[in-house]
This record gives sequence, structure tokens and C-alpha cells, in this order.
Amino acid sequence: MNENFHQWRKFKNTFMQVLTCACALVVVLPLALVFYHVLKSGIGSVNWAFFTQLPKPVGEVGGGMANAIVGTFVLLGLAALVGVPVGVLGGVYLSEYGAERLNWWIRFMADVLNGVPSIIWGMVVWGLMVVPMKGYSTWAGGVVLGLMMVPMIMRTTEEVLRLVPAGYREAALALGIAPWRTALQIVVRTALRGIVTGILLALARVSGETAPLLFTAFGNDFWTHRLRDPIAALPLQIFNYGISAYDDWHRQAWAGALVLLLMVAVVNVSVRVLTRERFAARA
Amino acid sequence: MDLATDTRLFAKPQPAARRGAGDRGFKWLTLAMAVTVFVLIVLIGYELANGSNLSLRKFGWHFLFSSDWDPVSSQFGALPFIFGTLVTSAIALVIAVPLSLATAVYLTEIAPPWQRQILTLFIELLAAVPSVILGLWGIFVMVPWCREHLFSWLRRTLGFLPIFQGPIYGVSMLAGGIIIAIMILPIITSVSREILRSVPGLQREAAYALGATRWEATRIAVLSYARKGLFGAVILGLGRALGETMAVTMVIGNRPEIVKSLFAPGYTMASVIANEFTEATTDIYFSALFEIGLVLLGVTVLVNALAQLLLKTFAGPGVTPQN
Repeated sequence: MNENFHQWRKFKNTFMQVLTCACALVVVLPLALVFYHVLKSGIGSVNWAFFTQLPKPVGEVGGGMANAIVGTFVLLGLAALVGVPVGVLGGVYLSEYGAERLNWWIRFMADVLNGVPSIIWGMVVWGLMVVPMKGYSTWAGGVVLGLMMVPMIMRTTEEVLRLVPAGYREAALALGIAPWRTALQIVVRTALRGIVTGILLALARVSGETAPLLFTAFGNDFWTHRLRDPIAALPLQIFNYGISAYDDWHRQAWAGALVLLLMVAVVNVSVRVLTRERFAARA
Repeated sequence: MDLATDTRLFAKPQPAARRGAGDRGFKWLTLAMAVTVFVLIVLIGYELANGSNLSLRKFGWHFLFSSDWDPVSSQFGALPFIFGTLVTSAIALVIAVPLSLATAVYLTEIAPPWQRQILTLFIELLAAVPSVILGLWGIFVMVPWCREHLFSWLRRTLGFLPIFQGPIYGVSMLAGGIIIAIMILPIITSVSREILRSVPGLQREAAYALGATRWEATRIAVLSYARKGLFGAVILGLGRALGETMAVTMVIGNRPEIVKSLFAPGYTMASVIANEFTEATTDIYFSALFEIGLVLLGVTVLVNALAQLLLKTFAGPGVTPQN
């Protein structure tokens, strides 16, 4: 081994460390840029009118996205009604019951479903609900988001339930508690925070979905009073305003983007910080 | 959990038959919920096949190889959209794979713990940014910047390649590819980070014991060991890239043409559905869009299944992990 070769290896080592560090910075750069521009362009238009008024017709300046903000929460509520029971109970089955082989297939299918493009979910629910009900509806929008949440919640629920020590189950069974009550009142209750975390993350993820809502919830310039009518949603409104040709609508699209981005970011950051504290305390 | 004080749990002994019924009922209920994943995948396949029936019968295999897209004369072919999807996904992988693998290496092998936590949080946040917001940023920030700086620079320096020739509009397949790259960076990074973390420490120690530098240990002992899993992570990213809809729709220009230049506008399978589905007027038009959805579904399910198989069967070459 000569000295030059040694120097070359050391140089290569340092070079690769710097290079990977630079790559890591490039990866987070878009996040910084998106936050910066959304904040800069949106902050001026987030005002009282934005949260309280309906959209104005084309050509009139002003108005807000009150109906879209409410619409997003209505859709998320319906989605939770569909997605949470199915996802959580499915997760209980995966963790507490089931043959290894069947569970492998269920997990596999859930992971494949997670990768189905969101636009395809939209088409499917259009065929299932919009065509038979003869019109775009809030129901359809809620159901499509709920179905998308099922595989996400199922997987996270299973993961946190598996973290519950087997001794808890054994202790409960030894006290004569029926297995199903053990599953619900001991195992699920112990892991409840983790399950809620998973549900919140799934809700945050579908709250920004636009593609599946295009032909289910469709959007609405007014308040929606019945669940069988179309409803506005924040991401739909951002999309429609963003690709329009009016400066005032662009301005509002940025404001909507800021509100949506903050909602999603707050849920994500707080959930991660809370769970990290919990794990740190246990370790 | 305070078991001793929760008196509800010390229920009176129940008759064995009733208890058995409750257990069986609960088990079947959870089973029914768990198997909805099979029901859903069958439902998705059935709905799309059903919707594209008309188009399947009228155009047959020709649909995949024809580049006519003319709603007025009811002639439909998916080739421009398949082309656009493949090109944008390829661009996205070329950009995202090296960046995210390097980031995963940095996160697991090199970075000090405080940087790990912050970077991981940022990457998870990037994954959480809704696609429509990225698209909005794409239209108003990224595309103008690309038009003014990046694209003209590319044409000056790499203009001898046919893919970097021709007029620059801004909205283009290249812009679509860059946006998709940004969207798949976090998923490839976080999955490959998990993979690298699961490489046993013994691998690294063995390399260090032979006198390897940190990079050499990473290359010889970690990356080669994790090859299969990393490949799975990349394929998973490909699956996401193929199905990306909103952000791409907003920056790709939406023109169903097959052009050599990456500066030219294009169209993808997902964006044609997003743009034209609510405007479709005839049954055959709907059906053609459904058939595009069917093709997209088939490709993404295959790609995702492959990725999951690679990730689930990931294990080192003949080395049993030791704890």
C-alpha cells in the first residue's frame, strides 16, 4: 500500500460524505421553496372575508372560500365514518387473529391498494355512486376519501397493536376476560394513541386529495345543504382557481394553498412530536 | 393501564355458550373488515373493465398503439398518453433515484443524530404536501424559472441531443418529470432509509475491521447487502410516479402528441382522465377514458406488487442477521 492510494481513499471518503450531505439538502430544498412561496403569495389574501364569504362570480374582486373550508371538513367527517371502523377493525384482525398466510395476503393487498392512483379511485366511485344516484354528491366524495383511508389505517393500526406486549393479553385472559373484550378493552385501549395518530395522518393525507374529488364531490360555488348535492372542497377550489386566467382567483388559490398547507403541516408535525416524546419516555 | 381499579373488566362469569358467541361474532366482524381489501381491488378492476367495455370491443388492441385522440370523430388511441406517462416517470426516476438513495445513505450512515431527526421530519413533511399545492407552485414558480433559466441552459449545453432541442414553452414533459421527481423523493428516501437501517450492524463492523473507510464500508457492506430492498424502494417510487395526477396536469401542457423534445408539452394517462372525464359527452368517449384508467391500473398494480414482493422478501445474500 503506498501513501498516495491511502490519500485517495481518504479523499474519496470525505468527498462521498459531502456529496450525500449535499443531496440531502437538495431533497429538502423543494419543501423550503414551496413553503416560502405559498407563505409569501398567500399571506396577504388570508383575511376575514376569505374564511367567511362565498366565492364571487367571475370578474368580481373579493369573496372567499368559506364553503370550501367547511366542505373539506364535511368530506373528512364522512370519510372517517367509512374508513375508520373498517380500517381499525381490519387492523385488529391482522394483529389478533388470522392465519399467517391469509394475513400475508391481506397486508400485501392493502399495500398494493395504497399504490392505486387516486384518480382511479375517483372513477370507481363515480361508477358506483354518481351514476346510480344520477349526480355528483357529497356522499360520493366522502366515500371515495374513506375508501382510500382503509388500507392506510389498517396497516398503521396493525403496527401499533403489535407493539402491545403479549403479557397484557395473557394477563387479561388469565383473569377470565373474553378474548374479544381483551382485544377491544385491553389491546386497542393500550394502543389507542397510536391508532388515533394513524387516523389523523390518514385524514391529513386525504384532505389534500384533489383527483378523486373531481368527479365525485365535483365542487360547488354555494353552500351545500344536502348530502346528495355536490360540495366544494379546498383542494378542488385551489385547482380550479389556480388554472384559471384571473389574477384575483390566483391570489385566492395561494391563500387556499396556505390554509391547506398549514392544516396538513400542523397535524403532521404535532403528531410526530407527540409520538416521539412518548417513545423517548419509554425507552 | 390500571387493571386493578377497572372493575368493569372483572365481569361476572358468563355462560360459556354466550361468551363463545361474542368471540366468534367479533372475529368474523374483524375478518369481514380485513377482507374488504380484496373486495376493493376486485371492485376497482370490475368497475374499470365494465366502464371500458365499449371501447375494448370497438378498438381492441389497436387502442394501445394508436395515437389518434379525436373525440369529435370518436377515434381514440392511448399511445400519446402512455408515451407521456412513461417519459415523465423516466425523467422523475433519473432525477429522484440518485438524490434519494444518497439522502438515505446520509441519514443512516453519516449524519449526526440531531440532523437525522430534523431531516426526517422535513422529508415526511415534503411527503405530506398535497399534490395540488405542488402543482400551483409548479405553474407560478417552477415553470417560469425553468423557462427563463434551466431549459435555455440545457439547450445551450446539451442541445446536440435531440431531446433538448426545439422551442421552449415552459409547460413541458420535462417540467412534469421534475414535479413528479419532487413528489417521489420522500417515498424513495424513507423506504430506502428503513431498508438501510435494517442492515445488521455486524456487516459494517466486519468492513471496518478490514480497515475500510466509512464510505467503503457503506458501499461494500451496506449498499450491496441491501441491493434488493433498495431496488424495491425505487420500483415503489415508480409506481407512485406513474399514477401522479394533479401536479403533473398543471405543468405538463396537456397536448396529446408524441414529440422527441422534452421541452414540448405532453399528456399523461392520469391527467387526461382528470381533464376530460367531466367533459366527456359520448358513451364511447367515457369508455375510452375508462380504458385508459384500466391500463393505468394494470400497470400500477403490477409495479406495486413487484415492489412489495421485493421489499417483503428482502434479505441479504446468504447472511443471516444476528442480534
